[in-house]
Amino acid sequence: MTRREELTCRDFVEVIMAWLDGELEPATRSLFGEHLVACPDCENYLDSYKTTVALGKCICDPDDPDGPVPDDVPEELVQAVLAARRQR
Amino acid sequence: MADEATLVAALQAGDDDAFEQLVRRYGGRMLEVAQRFVGEGDDARDVVQEAFLSAFRAIDRFEGTARLSTWLHRITVNAALMRLRSRRRRPEESLDELLPRFEADGHRTSPGEPWQPLAALEGAELRTLVRKRIDELPERYRTVLLLRDIEELETGEVAVLLGVNTGTVKTRLHRARLALRSLLDPHLRESKP
Repeated sequence: MTRREELTCRDFVEVIMAWLDGELEPATRSLFGEHLVACPDCENYLDSYKTTVALGKCICDPDDPDGPVPDDVPEELVQAVLAARRQR
Repeated sequence: MADEATLVAALQAGDDDAFEQLVRRYGGRMLEVAQRFVGEGDDARDVVQEAFLSAFRAIDRFEGTARLSTWLHRITVNAALMRLRSRRRRPEESLDELLPRFEADGHRTSPGEPWQPLAALEGAELRTLVRKRIDELPERYRTVLLLRDIEELETGEVAVLLGVNTGTVKTRLHRARLALRSLLDPHLRESKP
């Protein structure tokens, strides 16, 4: 992206991750902030981008990692692992 | 069921029952991790089997500095990455359809609709939705997203694991997030289309 007086929506989307990671140079960071205030669509887009990142983390099993085994461990998988160990 | 220290001691002593207990206790969770990377089916089961065999070989060196579950989780992720590397190269699907679109002057072709607040989006149904949409991402993007956003590895670690530079990791991660956002958008808007 070339530096200019203002960011377009395309420019804004391009640098969202760098902005979240604090990696934008000050001039671009300032333009990012100006666009964010002026463009409700990009404000919505930024919120949904952040939600997307947060939602990714929620797909992990929320239970205690040392909790009881899930019931759906396939018996054939258990037997295959134990058989492979015996063959070694 | 034995506590972790007792189980590890039994494993290191070569107790057959302990190995079976390990597989039954952690196998389901490891299968879930493997499926995130390689998809459901035989590949995921092979990954879990490989991971357990690696763990059995290394159990004598397990010193308890990490929890057993964490140690097995890392071994499973590594086994899954090895499986992805060994797969025959497939034509990579394009991500372009899932990226936001703009007019020639850089403005949006359609307005950005607000999403429901995150607090209103909890639950198993949501987890299933997100998992399925992640599964739809092309492999090279899905893998980076899983390693950075779900496994929470550093950019440099991901670059080493995948044999690419950090700039490539960042580019793929950003594109993967944009694409995942597009896939979730119809489900999570305040006003459904």
